[in-house]
Amino acid sequence: MKILVCIKQVPDSNKVEVDPVTGVLKRDGAASKMNPYDLYAIETALRIKEKTGGLVDVISMGPPQAMQVIKEAFSMGADHGTLLSDRRFGGADVLATSYTLAQGIKAMGEYDLILCGKQTTDGDTAQVGPEIAEWLSLPSVSNVVRIRKLEEDGITVDMDLPDEVEVAKVKFPCLLAVDKDIFQPRLPSYVKKSETKDRTIQILTLDDMKDKDEMNYGLNGSPTQVQKIFPPETNDKKEVWDESEDVLAKKLFDKMEELKFV
Amino acid sequence: MEYKKLDKVDISYIKSIIPDEERILIGDFINEEYSHDELSGTSSYPDIVVKAKSTEEISKIMKYAYEHVIPVTPRGAGTGLVGSSVAMEHGIMIDTTLMNHVLELDEDNLTITVEPGVLLMELSAFVEEHDLFYPPDPGEKSATIGGNISTNAGGMRAVKYGVTRDYVRGLEVVLPNGEITEFGGKVVKNSSGYALKDLMIGSEGTLGFITKATLKLIPRPKMVISLLIPFPTLDHAINTVPLIVKSKTIPTAIEFMQREVIIDAEQYLGKAFPDKQSDAYLLLKFDGNSIEEIEKAYDSVAKLCLEQGALDVLISDTEEREDSIWKARGAFLEAIKGSTTYMDEVDMVVPRSSVNEMVTYLHSLQKECELRIKSFGHAGDGNLHAYMLKDDLSDEEWEKRMSKAMEKVYDKARKLGGQVSGEHGIGFAKKPYLRESLPEVNLILMNGIKKVFDPNNILNPHKIAQM
Repeated sequence: MKILVCIKQVPDSNKVEVDPVTGVLKRDGAASKMNPYDLYAIETALRIKEKTGGLVDVISMGPPQAMQVIKEAFSMGADHGTLLSDRRFGGADVLATSYTLAQGIKAMGEYDLILCGKQTTDGDTAQVGPEIAEWLSLPSVSNVVRIRKLEEDGITVDMDLPDEVEVAKVKFPCLLAVDKDIFQPRLPSYVKKSETKDRTIQILTLDDMKDKDEMNYGLNGSPTQVQKIFPPETNDKKEVWDESEDVLAKKLFDKMEELKFV
Repeated sequence: MEYKKLDKVDISYIKSIIPDEERILIGDFINEEYSHDELSGTSSYPDIVVKAKSTEEISKIMKYAYEHVIPVTPRGAGTGLVGSSVAMEHGIMIDTTLMNHVLELDEDNLTITVEPGVLLMELSAFVEEHDLFYPPDPGEKSATIGGNISTNAGGMRAVKYGVTRDYVRGLEVVLPNGEITEFGGKVVKNSSGYALKDLMIGSEGTLGFITKATLKLIPRPKMVISLLIPFPTLDHAINTVPLIVKSKTIPTAIEFMQREVIIDAEQYLGKAFPDKQSDAYLLLKFDGNSIEEIEKAYDSVAKLCLEQGALDVLISDTEEREDSIWKARGAFLEAIKGSTTYMDEVDMVVPRSSVNEMVTYLHSLQKECELRIKSFGHAGDGNLHAYMLKDDLSDEEWEKRMSKAMEKVYDKARKLGGQVSGEHGIGFAKKPYLRESLPEVNLILMNGIKKVFDPNNILNPHKIAQM
């Protein structure tokens, strides 16, 4: 089984500064890490590989420093890594990003299963995974919280929907976007890190793509116009209730229900 | 010593000092939790609980109690494990949890001055917001700082940073006669007479009542990375500890843990632990100001562990990964508690070079004493926590087997040059073992000191070295 996992480097915290003049995220110098949801995707891939054998490759898109997350994937157990890196890919929205990744995947070969994290913690759109599947004409399932059955020709999974869990059987090749807690991600291994220290990471640029039309990539290929970027407002709203025990118990329960804790 | 039984006159005096009825609990209004702490099996109700809000209130109550020979028991969050905060002679209990204010952060002297009821988690969150660091890190984050000072709590960063004592600069204390005084101060050095501040630290509320503490802070290390290291057997893991200590690299923590306890913690927290390939693990933590600095520091230790047979060395370098490991580690005590009907603990400390021998011995005792014993702990500083579990044993059988195991454990610790308690204190529950482990003259000195501070023996009687 050949599995490909899409991963992304994201800022290490949500306290990212915005340049007041240009309105662009200040990424330089900020600590970064692998998108936490992608760790679940890698873990899912490695668990499947442990059952069926095969290969787990990873692909990322970003500046050369994004090689860090590919190396991290190696130290978790991934076999090969590819980075799509080209200045002409910069400024891509979800459409251009998914198109670029789909083009890159086509250039890399055929995969039985493509896994993505449900979303990233910086963009939070949860659209790139399903859009890749569209570009590649593959079936896809999002919000996958559980694998029920793994068979030769396909996979049966639980898809978490707002009010219910839908069970879906999909045939390979397909794309799954997994939710957190599908499996607890393993920690990177010092031994694997040492072993893969010099492993080559394949770099693909626009020139390696089948579609070489610059207008389909990066800012040019992005219909989304970002008007303004600003840090989210932090909410430290507090409510203080002063009532009798019975009323308080009821209010607390209602609140927890409203917030979906129960 | 004959104590005066609290009567109506005493109660109305206390009410005149505490102008707020909600801060006084009497008789049936005293919650059950005030009769015990978290573990010791020691149980006794106070006659009255006073939730103090100021040093002056405590001073007035102490003065009155001193004059009328009424016993007083200080109490923080009640998270102790040896009965220090249980009112053995009833009388007055003074609860400090409302004295929970940060009084001053002195960024020029790198000190913070707090009231005793500030919780450890509040303290660390507060200083970290200012990019500073209070290193002592006991597992129980909801303990008060007053309680931490009173037991000289240690915690998980002791290997590199030391224990609570190393971070207490000054204390404001109400003496048993009600007088208010200060020991130490903001000064870094102090050779001005007997170290009274240090007598207070670890005195478990028997010498004076801590009402204010000035603590030393250090700049906050920018990054932490932990290594979770699976070994094929417990012996492999624990035998590596002295070698790590000897290797002169300084992790902030060296902890050992076994799969059974990890699984208990998973069930308790409802969260999966990131690795389960092995029966025994070491958990090491390193801090520093850059990834490169930390990687350099841990590289030789990682290699050493692999040479000693470690199955791998797993790297935890993000907040999510740290949470998945250390939240489990922090929950071990509660998780073990939840896995049995009742338990008792041993908190002995041995020289670091003997920690492996002690752990192996603890393991072998399970069979010998026919008792389930779970252990985990601060392998790097020689402080081991072993929990003896009652499960479905009858009271009689439990008492018999537990006492036998305790005797043996303390005996072994003594032979290895160890001490009865590394960080939880002696309180009421561990008195017999302290008695056996120390020379008579040391106990006489301790009781002599107690007498100088508290001639009427009203402050937290029957604790530590007293009969």
